[in-house]
Amino acid sequence: MANRIVISEQLCKGCGLCVVACPHNLIEMSTELNKHGFFPAVITPDAMLSCTGCTFCAQVCPDVAIEVFRER
Amino acid sequence: MTKRLFVKGNEAVAMGALEAGCRYYFGYPITPQSDIPEYIAREMPALGGEFIQAESEIASINMLLGASACGARAMTSSSSPGISLKQEGISYMAGSECPGLIVNICRSGPGLGGIDASQADYFQATKGGGHGGYHLIVLAPSSVQEMYDLTMLAFDLSDRYRVPAMILADAVIGQMKEALEPHPYVAPDDLQPKDWALIGPGERGVNKVVKSLYLGDGELEQHNLKLHRKYAEMQEKEVRYEGYELDDAELVVTAYGSTARIAHTAVRMARQQGYKVGLLRPITLFPFPKEAYKHHTAAGQKVLCVELNTGQMVDDVRLAVPCVEVEFYGRAPGAGSLPTPEELFAQIRLHCEVRS
Amino acid sequence: MSIENVEAMKQVFSRPASLNAVQTHFCPGCQHGVIHRLVAQAMDAFDIQAQTIGVASVGCSVFLYGYFGIDVIEAPHGRAPAVATGAKRVHPQRPVFTYQGDGDLAAIGTSEIIHCANRGEPITVIFVNNTTYGMTGGQMAPTTLPSQKTSTSPYGRNTSKDGYPIRMTELLAGLEGTAYAARVAVDTPQHVLQAGKAIKKAFQTQLRDNGFGFVEVLSTCPTNWGMNPVDANARVAEEMIPYFPLGVFKDAAAQGE
Repeated sequence: MANRIVISEQLCKGCGLCVVACPHNLIEMSTELNKHGFFPAVITPDAMLSCTGCTFCAQVCPDVAIEVFRER
Repeated sequence: MTKRLFVKGNEAVAMGALEAGCRYYFGYPITPQSDIPEYIAREMPALGGEFIQAESEIASINMLLGASACGARAMTSSSSPGISLKQEGISYMAGSECPGLIVNICRSGPGLGGIDASQADYFQATKGGGHGGYHLIVLAPSSVQEMYDLTMLAFDLSDRYRVPAMILADAVIGQMKEALEPHPYVAPDDLQPKDWALIGPGERGVNKVVKSLYLGDGELEQHNLKLHRKYAEMQEKEVRYEGYELDDAELVVTAYGSTARIAHTAVRMARQQGYKVGLLRPITLFPFPKEAYKHHTAAGQKVLCVELNTGQMVDDVRLAVPCVEVEFYGRAPGAGSLPTPEELFAQIRLHCEVRS
Repeated sequence: MSIENVEAMKQVFSRPASLNAVQTHFCPGCQHGVIHRLVAQAMDAFDIQAQTIGVASVGCSVFLYGYFGIDVIEAPHGRAPAVATGAKRVHPQRPVFTYQGDGDLAAIGTSEIIHCANRGEPITVIFVNNTTYGMTGGQMAPTTLPSQKTSTSPYGRNTSKDGYPIRMTELLAGLEGTAYAARVAVDTPQHVLQAGKAIKKAFQTQLRDNGFGFVEVLSTCPTNWGMNPVDANARVAEEMIPYFPLGVFKDAAAQGE
């Protein structure tokens, strides 16, 4: 299972809504500030392995900062 | 032989607007202007246009903003209290550089006031009645024919400068019937296509915005200066006034609209008795005919300003000719306060010695 | 994870074409951003971006023209439905929508929205209800909940003096002129998907049935609620939905009217 989400570090404002929306708790908040002064959401490569590509995180993202890809 | 009709001033406005290609009317009932929406409600469908009686004057001015932003020739009409309600919308039209016609058939006030004629909305009309410091093109008809002609002119000037235009008349001009010679509308050849108008970005590939919000550093200042330049250009090119017996006049009576009709009779009475007096009648209240006052008082003439209010246009006359003695005679608006020609003739005699 | 092998995969979620790829000015967690996406998604679905005229209201959403690739008119506070009426009458073939907040539509603009709906103007209205005036700093709105504290109801909305929150969707659903009226929320992925369908249906009501379509979207205002985005989001289900029930309150097409 190699689905992917791509979180735009610059668009993300660190609101955390995707963190609670992800049914598998795969997303967390970075400890590095982005250029706008927010802690953006990030997903580690390990966590990415469990991603089902369900798009829940992207659905709730107010900044349309998340793209979702599924294995063909 | 041109066709002469016997129509009300209000109906002449409606006829002029439709003839000038206005196909969108948004209004609300209020005495003494309701003949305008009534006429247009009858005639617009056959022209394929849209007539809406809106839920309020506020809604109707905003419908006008929407229609005008889409490039249509559109109008609204009301009377004094309704025009007060429209002020914010008019300010948005000015700020958004939307043309459009606003007709004010004034009634007496303040507040509910009365339904009789009044010229007490002069300041509101000419000094930017809403917030923000803008101007409207303000045209003041004083006959049923001018209600027709100036309505057409208002649309042309409004489109030329992208500045909202106002017809400022009153209950007398609106409600009286007089001969009218309708004539076909001829569009001036310098009117530009409205490429700024909204129709969806598709046709031009880039999206357009009609707005008045400017938050960037210095942005709104530049925008206001741009509007100011337009007003200065209109002051230079678009002033209109009528002179009657001014050449050898020693006293220049000045009045507009319905009061000018009465003053015209008083001046004629005075001339018959040897008084050297004339009438200067502004047709554009903005741009105000400052140069005309300078020109016609250059030889030391005095001015008598007559208004159906307690003194508003007189301020602008005094500003135009600060070194001239400008007398004022006004009747506060209300039932029975319309001055008679004899009354104005008596005022003329106060300020003008008999010559000849 | 290099970008190349992302290409080999199927993208199942992306930014709608009608939504400009810019960062918005909205506060973190403000759901205007989700709602903007859903509106853009509906425009993409009907491929109408190139013809659409939007009417922006006065409030946090006033910068609509920066976020959608469409023509936009800015209306005075509360008057967007009237401005949209004028625009739609001039361009009956063009999709026209307004995007308004609860202060704009349910307070100063109640007359315009009621009569616009009552005339059955074939436009689409997106009404964002976040129980406060956002742009001006969190004052009490017509949708502020009973005993909800705001900057102008510091002791909590006192219904005996400040009145009750107004349920606009039910109010407009009662008008003959209304063809479609629904209330949705965007606090969970499922609700977001439902909201997307409702917004699409409201546009379809205009485009296919020449009818007036209205969607109220419950939304958060973390900054002015004084809550972090996640807690604010929870408040939608805990406090708002009980008072503002979700659902389709009128669907003339479905009822065969």
